Amino acid sequence: MSFDQKFTDQEFKVVGSRPPRPDGVDKVTGRARYGADASAPGQLVARILRSPHAHAVIRKIDTSKAEKLKGVKAVLTSKDLPDLTNGNRGNFDILENCMARDRALYDGHAVAAVAAVDEVTARKALKLIKVDYKILPHVTDVDKAMADDAPIVQPHIAQNNKPSNIANISEFGHGDIEAGFAQADVVIEKSYKTEQTHQGYIEPHACLASVGPDGQGELWVTTQGHFTFRTVCATLLGMDIAKLKVTSSEIGGGFGGKTHVWMEPVALALSRKANRPVKLVMNRDEVFKASGPTCSTSIDVKIGATKDGTVTAASATLRYQDGPFPGPWGMLGAMTSWACYDIANVKSVAYDVLVNRPKVAAYRAPSAPMAAFAVESTMDMVAAEIGMDPVDFRIKNAASEGSKASYGPTYGPIGIGPTLEAVKKHPHMRARLGKNQGRGMACGFWFNFGGQTCVDLNIGVDGTVNLIVGTVDVGGARASMSLIAAEELGIPYDRIKCNIGDTASLGHNDTTEGSRGTFSSGMATIYAARDAIEVMKQRAAKAWEIDVADVEWRDGAAHAVGVAHSNLAPLSLQEIAAKSPTTGGPIAGHNESVADGAGVSFASHICDVEVDPETGATKVLRYTVIQDAGKAIHPDYVEGQFQGGAAQGIGWALNEEYVYGEDGCLKNPGFLDYRIPVCSDLPFIDTEILEIPNPNHPYGIRGVGETSIVPPLAAIGNAVSNAAGVRLNHVPMSPPRILKAIKEQAQG
Amino acid sequence: MSGVHVSTTVNGDDAEFVCHPGESLLDVLRDRLGLTGAKEGCGTGDCGACSVTLDGQLVCSCLVLGAEAEGRKITTVEGLADGDKLHPLQQQFIDKAALQCGICTPGFLVAAKALLDENPSPTEEEIRFALAGNLCRCTGYDKIVRAVDAAAKDVKKQKARVKAKRK
Amino acid sequence: MLTVSLTGSLRDAANGCESVQIDAQTIRELLRKLVERYPRLQSHLDEGIAVSVNGEIYRDNRDLSFPDGAEVFLLPRIQGG
Repeated sequence: MSFDQKFTDQEFKVVGSRPPRPDGVDKVTGRARYGADASAPGQLVARILRSPHAHAVIRKIDTSKAEKLKGVKAVLTSKDLPDLTNGNRGNFDILENCMARDRALYDGHAVAAVAAVDEVTARKALKLIKVDYKILPHVTDVDKAMADDAPIVQPHIAQNNKPSNIANISEFGHGDIEAGFAQADVVIEKSYKTEQTHQGYIEPHACLASVGPDGQGELWVTTQGHFTFRTVCATLLGMDIAKLKVTSSEIGGGFGGKTHVWMEPVALALSRKANRPVKLVMNRDEVFKASGPTCSTSIDVKIGATKDGTVTAASATLRYQDGPFPGPWGMLGAMTSWACYDIANVKSVAYDVLVNRPKVAAYRAPSAPMAAFAVESTMDMVAAEIGMDPVDFRIKNAASEGSKASYGPTYGPIGIGPTLEAVKKHPHMRARLGKNQGRGMACGFWFNFGGQTCVDLNIGVDGTVNLIVGTVDVGGARASMSLIAAEELGIPYDRIKCNIGDTASLGHNDTTEGSRGTFSSGMATIYAARDAIEVMKQRAAKAWEIDVADVEWRDGAAHAVGVAHSNLAPLSLQEIAAKSPTTGGPIAGHNESVADGAGVSFASHICDVEVDPETGATKVLRYTVIQDAGKAIHPDYVEGQFQGGAAQGIGWALNEEYVYGEDGCLKNPGFLDYRIPVCSDLPFIDTEILEIPNPNHPYGIRGVGETSIVPPLAAIGNAVSNAAGVRLNHVPMSPPRILKAIKEQAQG
Repeated sequence: MSGVHVSTTVNGDDAEFVCHPGESLLDVLRDRLGLTGAKEGCGTGDCGACSVTLDGQLVCSCLVLGAEAEGRKITTVEGLADGDKLHPLQQQFIDKAALQCGICTPGFLVAAKALLDENPSPTEEEIRFALAGNLCRCTGYDKIVRAVDAAAKDVKKQKARVKAKRK
Repeated sequence: MLTVSLTGSLRDAANGCESVQIDAQTIRELLRKLVERYPRLQSHLDEGIAVSVNGEIYRDNRDLSFPDGAEVFLLPRIQGG
């Protein structure tokens, strides 16, 4: 299979190299300041009181004793957060999640907050708040929540005029699936479950808020989207957007979990009430209980194929739980489920279902890994049934340019075919396996997107460049942005200093989500640099007293073109910058845009595992990630994204899960019992970067951050199935589940 | 509440503070001594982001009381560099892109330094088990293990150079 | 005349129509005319939608002019991590 070579011949000087990241020294010396590392004179410490019940009416909250405690400066309940959302249900849901109103909707839902002179006093004050709860029946399982007699989580949600926990039903697909299944020689149906997992960023949510009686405020916060946080917080609190300055701290991991506002309006409201700066930091228990994990799911998949390996029809029914507030999560599962394949008759139906668990948040390619687990496991079963190599089976059905995606549109140049070809060629596929060992592979898809972006580029008189971007740096973005600016301006990488601008210094930037950071801020940086180059060409023309049309920019300098100007030596960026005070003042470039055309992303993963038949424990022996990056700007950090996503997926596949008790309360809100992979659990993770340029980006960039978490659940599921001789349909494939499956198989 | 008066040594400097009897060493370092390099990821000793050494022994500072620092020697990530010269571990973490978000990096560096002090030539497996108490959610540990391996070699070379000079 | 395919929950808001014929030159004009015809689409527009034109997804760009014979899909807005 060949792929589109358009744009592949671009030559780069610095893009694609691996220089040290500009924030490296700060981060290895402890100097970098994260969410909890800022303090302000006179600051108070805030703590939040949370519901111990999964579902309860809040009849009364008595805060009088807490208010009287010495050192307490403000106590807050939902009464202090009036509804200013003007009928916008999405904003109201955020408000209600920040602080419960008439009902607590999950174990850990905030019900009151305190700001006091120190932590000890704040904790003491929480104990003095008396909440009168009336416990309601609860539901935490997605299938049970869909039953007719399930407790209703949100009375305003209805299906067919009857209260329901089904918030949304979304359907995608094309063709006639019944006719397609009728054409099939083999039809396989299988049901799957995946448990709820958390992004597991090591840095808990943290912020420092300061609001004065003049209505002006500042918020220092660990976030993936400080501009969005500003808009949401200002809206919920009735503040003017321009009067709230939000600064994103260094961010200690987000993976989607820091795209949502969780507690920041509470910190701002406490600060406003106390007229003092307020620091609010979640502990790990709160992070697990009250900041969004991803959905647990229940998925049915049916695939029909002919003996020659053509998939004639495919369908999926996907049930995703969203926590107590409707989200797009089931819908995204439906959209991504069949995206890797070109199928004539295909259908996905998704249910977004409400339960008494924390509000679900985006988690790296949200919703795609679970759908991929179900689809890619079934793909392997069909391949086995028709006696075809699973890679060949996938290659035969892979989508390519011109294929109609299962979610609607027709694809442009895409990378699923090339990643599969690379799998076939990879030496990993030929490595020998030992006893109790198995190999699996799987594919994954994610959309990627762009969005609103704003970048400033200022050139100093010494010829160094200050680049200000508004997407946050989650994993090396400042290095990538500096490389792009250096490439475009034609100067060395170390002459660029990239900063993340606060909300007062740049126009709005959408949240850093959807793998958009390098794609969209990279694009805006290119255009901002070109904007500055235009200014420098004019300055050179002025200095030379020639027409600007006779000036061109290359290799970091203005060149006068034409025979008439052959006596003029080029003027370097540095020389132009030095003269800028007398040629028109500061030199700057700017870009504001909506970056569209992010280009979809595909990956294929291979893994080898060994399953201990005595204990059911699985060890990952070897792992390979093959993914299309469009163009890798800083390959180290592209590899890092591939490796990190794979590791998160491995944890999800084998260990991680939210465990709820009969009481609807979370039983394992800590890293001891919610076990993410540690160093000794993993092998080196090999990577292969494919570069199939995105025709919609000047450098061909595609986002790379998310897709790497999509295939691992299924790749490991397929490997475990091959190692243990039994198909696992429940993630995580923890030792007890694997043992049970082996035993059941042995008993027939 | 009456405070506890503590005299200790932090990164080679004398330090004195008064803390609550129940206050963790991590909170003392961060809130009283202004050393925010050690991070609180969990507060229960599971993530290692708060790793420091106490008389050379690797500890989670969230599990040590501030009062226990009396008369001891504490080293934090802020004490790893020698003046303006980064420790080979710090340099290799930058050169090998062994950090993404960087929140776990201080803990990894302190833990890796404790490993190399004890075992100057660790195997890959020894590195992986020595660092198993430190959680990283970004990197999949791949580049961290490579950086520690490379730094071990740098440290050995450095020591050989110092030795040669003395001769 | 443009044929616009509706997907997911947007279909419900358009009285179950899988596709509609609309005379529009730009995304902005398309969305205005769609809401005139199906007022229930307004809440979806407020929450955010995306328009796929020949396979490229546009979230906020309303100025795009449709090429001749464009394949147009109206999709719910996508969130990422």
